[in-house]
Amino acid sequence: MERKDDFNDRRSHLENLTDEELKSRFWELSERIVRPMIDMAGKYTSPSIERSILLRMGFSSIETKAIVEQTIDRGLMGKGAGHVVYRLSLIKECSIREAGEMLLNGNGWDEVIVSFEERGNKSGS
Amino acid sequence: MVLDPNEKIDIEDILKDLDKYSPKRKGWTWRNKKDSIVIGDFEYKNCSDSLNNSVPLPSAKYFGSIDPQPDYSITTEIASGRFEDDIRRMRMAAWHGADHIMVIRTAGQSHFDGLIEGTPQGVGGIPITRKQIRAQRKALDLIEEEVGRDINYHSYVSGVAGPEIAVMFAEEGVNGAHQDPQYNVLYRNINMVRSFVDAAESKRIMAWADMAQIDGAHNANATARESWKVMPELMVQHAINSMYSVFSGLKKENICLSTVPPTAPPAPCLKIDLPYAVALREFFGEYRMRAQMNTKYMESSTREATVTHVLNMLVSRLTSADIQSTITPDEGRNVPWHMYNIEACDTAKQTLVGMDDILEMVELKKDGYLKNKTRELKERAVLFMEEIIECGGYFEAVEKGFFVDSGLYPERNEDGIARSIDGGVGANTVYGREDDYFAPVTAHFGNNNIEQYNLKNPSDAIGGCTFENPKKIVYIDELDEKDNVDVRLKENKKFRKTKIIKPEVEWLGDGIVQVEIMLPTGSRTAEFAAIELGKKMNLKDIEVIHKEVMHPAEGTRIQMKGRIDASIDIGKLKIPKEPEILTDDEIRQAVKESPIRIVAGTVGEDEHSVGLREIIDIKHGGIEKYGIKCHYLGTSVSCEKLVDAAIELDADAILMSTIISHDKIHYRNMKLMNDLCIEKGIREKVLIIAGGTQVIPETAVEQGIDAGFGRGTKGRHVATFLVKKLGEADNES
Repeated sequence: MERKDDFNDRRSHLENLTDEELKSRFWELSERIVRPMIDMAGKYTSPSIERSILLRMGFSSIETKAIVEQTIDRGLMGKGAGHVVYRLSLIKECSIREAGEMLLNGNGWDEVIVSFEERGNKSGS
Repeated sequence: MVLDPNEKIDIEDILKDLDKYSPKRKGWTWRNKKDSIVIGDFEYKNCSDSLNNSVPLPSAKYFGSIDPQPDYSITTEIASGRFEDDIRRMRMAAWHGADHIMVIRTAGQSHFDGLIEGTPQGVGGIPITRKQIRAQRKALDLIEEEVGRDINYHSYVSGVAGPEIAVMFAEEGVNGAHQDPQYNVLYRNINMVRSFVDAAESKRIMAWADMAQIDGAHNANATARESWKVMPELMVQHAINSMYSVFSGLKKENICLSTVPPTAPPAPCLKIDLPYAVALREFFGEYRMRAQMNTKYMESSTREATVTHVLNMLVSRLTSADIQSTITPDEGRNVPWHMYNIEACDTAKQTLVGMDDILEMVELKKDGYLKNKTRELKERAVLFMEEIIECGGYFEAVEKGFFVDSGLYPERNEDGIARSIDGGVGANTVYGREDDYFAPVTAHFGNNNIEQYNLKNPSDAIGGCTFENPKKIVYIDELDEKDNVDVRLKENKKFRKTKIIKPEVEWLGDGIVQVEIMLPTGSRTAEFAAIELGKKMNLKDIEVIHKEVMHPAEGTRIQMKGRIDASIDIGKLKIPKEPEILTDDEIRQAVKESPIRIVAGTVGEDEHSVGLREIIDIKHGGIEKYGIKCHYLGTSVSCEKLVDAAIELDADAILMSTIISHDKIHYRNMKLMNDLCIEKGIREKVLIIAGGTQVIPETAVEQGIDAGFGRGTKGRHVATFLVKKLGEADNES
């Protein structure tokens, strides 16, 4: 959009605001712009976020990449990649590292999926 | 491990046992600002504690060698592509007052989906890897002990791997980072939804590690066609990132606005930059200011860049700043060189200290142009936000090209950067969290169903994550056999493990030198003539890096760089011993035992008197204070007159000052003085000493006189020489 500088027309509703009022308006508006985005951020995750979680759980960058790729392939991102590892460690009664290594070798995924479904049904009933 | 100021830092020592190294602290450290601090003869109001080890400004020798440190943190940006050479530059910069070391990332890392490991060489920066970060932090942990001030280490949390980089930074004790999703969206074309989702996580992690955050708004200055017109938008960008950061958990006092005075001379820059700086500080009073330097109009002249940066700092001092960035003045012509990092740090220190307490004497006007302009900018920013909301929100505004438009908002030139919500790198890569979504770690942002496992803290599920238990961090050493630090260290071993040295500007042994030439011809001819001259100097890879017209026909100034193959074995160098200086008491005692009388004057047609008076006069610490009898004959004295005076007064020495050096007149006068003394038969009884700013001691002695003293000479140097030389003569007789 091309537009000439119409500042003098546009500003009429701001003209009589004190400096303090103008500042308050600036910050109210910025909150209104940002609020929907921050709310969205809390409800979504991403490959990088999940990898960052696995890093914090004690996996290497190479391992985190492989686990997250498989988490995406198996449609489990909504549960959380770290959650998948944690759940398998509960099922197998093993350490987080052992559970991660199992998943890296392609094992345990189906059990985790079944476990999520069962638990989901339980909480749904 | 402790650093010895007389020894180079040993990179191999830094790399040793790196897998076991933990940083000694986390979080940003601000300078310890004092309301009043006395340093030497002066009281400072805008300074912080002095360092234990530092290199003061060149003029400090006239002020008791003091080295006052301003209150602002001072940044230096380091980007050679080799982290091991960067470490050496960091040490130099720390000695010159930098306490914020900003490490630039290699080109293209923001599009790298994941962490890079090992120590591959970078382009225009280093690939940010755990090993390189840990090595640099370890080195800085030593360097900060050496200088006696905490050093903040900083890099970038952006791109498509932001949260992972943030975790690695938090684990490795990185103290500050750039983080602004708008940077991803506008300048890296990374999908906007992905960028904002990732940013909340990154910011939460940075908050846990108490890191300072710098936003990315300054990039709009560098990108927009007419950068001063984006001022209203910059305030909007600052607000979006600041508000988003607060909502993500960052403390306001760790949120820094990256703000650049948008113009530079020949524009009347203060008239544009100052109202903007005031407006920003009025709106963002609770946040920190990272005063960045203007780079948009930087050309190859280091002088011009320096002056612009000094003006930028005038704006800082007239308003406020918490971090004063520096940009190397050679950035407009090459990847920054060591010495230009140092120049930039010194420029900042010199300027900020020079303007100490300026606001006690001058005040910004509260009415008229400044007030009106400030208000106008703020209103334009508010109107910008109103239109974002009207059009449906931030994402819609970006799709419509609201940002980085060159019009002064509400003016629109339809040349903004537009991005699609479904477009860019990483589009459609966010996933909705289900009700039972869970992440068993600390500092995770957003929905996290810990109730399903009856947990108080999410990381309790795994007995603590790496943030509570750093032993869980997995360290990867190298992944590439050919591109790593060991290979590079092997290649330049000669320059580290022997006494052989080679010139360098970026990397150890790179062999690059800069040559300054003035050629009496026009610009284009001069450029090609200079390259030919470079070849005659045996330079390789010659490149003209700067040219400046003195006059279209009369002359051109050329600065060029080239590579030189020569190296020097410093073990074989014959270096004359530094002259020993006697103490004041020793000199006084010697003069008391055998009195000394001298005659002195500035010889030839030369009216300079200051230098000689400083050597003689008691009030300047001159030789009179030791009891030496001085007969000063004044300026423009003939050599004959001085010799006659020496005979008449039976002087032990003639002190001739000679400032004018055209056509080597100063050396010719020294020779004449020697000849006259021989002719009159007193040469064996009298010492001839010459001094002046252009006097090279060795060349002076070649004229037949006893000693020459150049720039920086003090009375005690001359007195020491007199006492020693006359003592020798007494012993011989």
